[in-house]
Amino acid sequence: MNYLDFEKPLAEIEGKAEELRAMARGNKEMDIEEEAKALDKKAADMLADLYKSLTPWRKCQVARHPDRPHCRDYIQALFTEYTPLAGDRNFADDHAIMGGLARFNDRPVVVIGHEKGHDTKTRIERNFGMARPEGYRKAVRLMDLADRFNMPVITLVDTPGAYPGKGAEERGQSEAIARSTEKCLQIGVPLVSVVIGEGGSGGAVAFATADKVAMLEHSIYSVISPEGCASILWKDGAKMREAAEALRLTAQDLEKLGVCDRIIKEPLGGAQRDRATTITRVGEGIEALLATMDGKSRDELIAGRRKKFLDMGSKGLAA
Amino acid sequence: MNWITNYVRPRINSLFSRREVPENLWSKCPECGTMLFHRELSDNLNVCTGCDHHMPLTPRARFEALFDGGVFSEVQVPVPVPDPLHFRDQKKYPDRMKAAQKGTGEFEAMLVAEGEIDRTRIVAAAQDFTFMGGSMGMYVGNAIIAAAERAVERQLPLVLFSAAGGARMQEGILSLMQMPRTTVAVQMLKEAGLPYVVVLTHPTTGGVTASYAMLGDVQIAEPNALICFAGPRVIEQTIRETLPEGFQRSEYLLDHGMLDRVTHRKDMKDELVTILRMLTGQPPAVKGDLPAPEPEAETSAPEASEEEAADKNG
Repeated sequence: MNYLDFEKPLAEIEGKAEELRAMARGNKEMDIEEEAKALDKKAADMLADLYKSLTPWRKCQVARHPDRPHCRDYIQALFTEYTPLAGDRNFADDHAIMGGLARFNDRPVVVIGHEKGHDTKTRIERNFGMARPEGYRKAVRLMDLADRFNMPVITLVDTPGAYPGKGAEERGQSEAIARSTEKCLQIGVPLVSVVIGEGGSGGAVAFATADKVAMLEHSIYSVISPEGCASILWKDGAKMREAAEALRLTAQDLEKLGVCDRIIKEPLGGAQRDRATTITRVGEGIEALLATMDGKSRDELIAGRRKKFLDMGSKGLAA
Repeated sequence: MNWITNYVRPRINSLFSRREVPENLWSKCPECGTMLFHRELSDNLNVCTGCDHHMPLTPRARFEALFDGGVFSEVQVPVPVPDPLHFRDQKKYPDRMKAAQKGTGEFEAMLVAEGEIDRTRIVAAAQDFTFMGGSMGMYVGNAIIAAAERAVERQLPLVLFSAAGGARMQEGILSLMQMPRTTVAVQMLKEAGLPYVVVLTHPTTGGVTASYAMLGDVQIAEPNALICFAGPRVIEQTIRETLPEGFQRSEYLLDHGMLDRVTHRKDMKDELVTILRMLTGQPPAVKGDLPAPEPEAETSAPEASEEEAADKNG
């Protein structure tokens, strides 16, 4: 279990309870169960208290928690017959982006998502979920495929942002993102997007220009990272707490602004504490959102999606 | 948070720098350091006469030079809810806006106009880098949508001059949402079969490049403009190596296949007319120093007609 900085007191109590139980296992005569249970209770209360109202910055930390389920986990658990399709047909296959054909509740779909990796080796392989132009071009290709064969598209968003690298720029990072966003607006099939962790700027929009956008309770979606915003507007990267507050990047604020259509509740203590429940709930969320588009024609879908974005933000936080 | 560094020093500095370069008479070229007389510079469309460096040009100055006789009619842009997030960093967003409005004399970071260039009717939109870095918020999004709607309504091509540091952080996620919104605007043009030409000027970066500024039917850039998604400093911090000379500049992008053309500001009007008339199936333009077109009902009064600086060779 990885603990976040604000969970340190909790880590101590949970650690103590664990220690006691370990001691008791070594020595059968010791009766520690009562004491351990008291510690458990204390820990549970503290957890409930900590997660009752997370500040925006703490939500950023939870959204980036390394133990949260990632794209790969959702694909494994929620989809059957997942058949990855690789490559952009121009230059490379981007491992930061997973994608391919699969069945969602038996229905053939195209699933696309950012994968961050879960240990050092896979994180490097996945480039920490930061896609290069090839990733967006692969996504465009897959969305085209979905469009031609009338399959809904499901995107799972979890990226710090598009990769800021020399090669990525030379091969047209901005153009690739722009084309992916454009493709999202052109396809005549349902497009559901779930922000499962971090929705980092243009790298997220390229997949999240969807009919319906769901967000996990403690996920974030922002034009810039709080650290980046702090270093530009506060001239001090350490002011990320203030920046996180000002940017209104939580699922709750984004629902008020009309950017997020549905919040998927996380288990107490965040998705990382109960991955299975989180994944199940995301599955239910996707199913419910897909159902809202049943029976809609291609033209209705395209026109509806465009209208949604044209109207977005017209009321600000008062919406 | 020291009042000496924050308040006193800038004031002292501003006094000295003002004395060094009398603001209204001379400008120094940031590229070659040549002192340029302001009249000479503006007659040359803010291009350095010494080294051809293209300095920022406000949308109004650009339109005055671009449209025949300097005449154009502004297209009204729906004004969005001000300060939608109640954003506050070290300053309040409304205060930053007021300062920018005072500093530029403009309402926001984009100007949309309709008019004729060499008797070819177009809609043009230009971003103002001097207004909060040209940043893209709800207003800029509305401006591009208004420009596209006007173009579709009148069946005219749209020319867009981009210049921006990226999205306007003070509008948070709503600034990010301008990426899909402006993409919808571009789609309106494409579906109506109307040309959409983008002229990228220095600098065009971030979410602006990653949406409407890279979706043109024809992509032209002014020389040596910085055009990128992630800025060079961010990249250097990420990969920890120095970047090659000219990286992310117009000519570099042209070499890497990201642009159609790199065109000097003085030749831009001719080139736009040539391209647009071909794309819209019109006969070749009669090029020259054309006077203002016959005034229409909504055309604004002609500006004091200065000699057009653009080099005419039609």
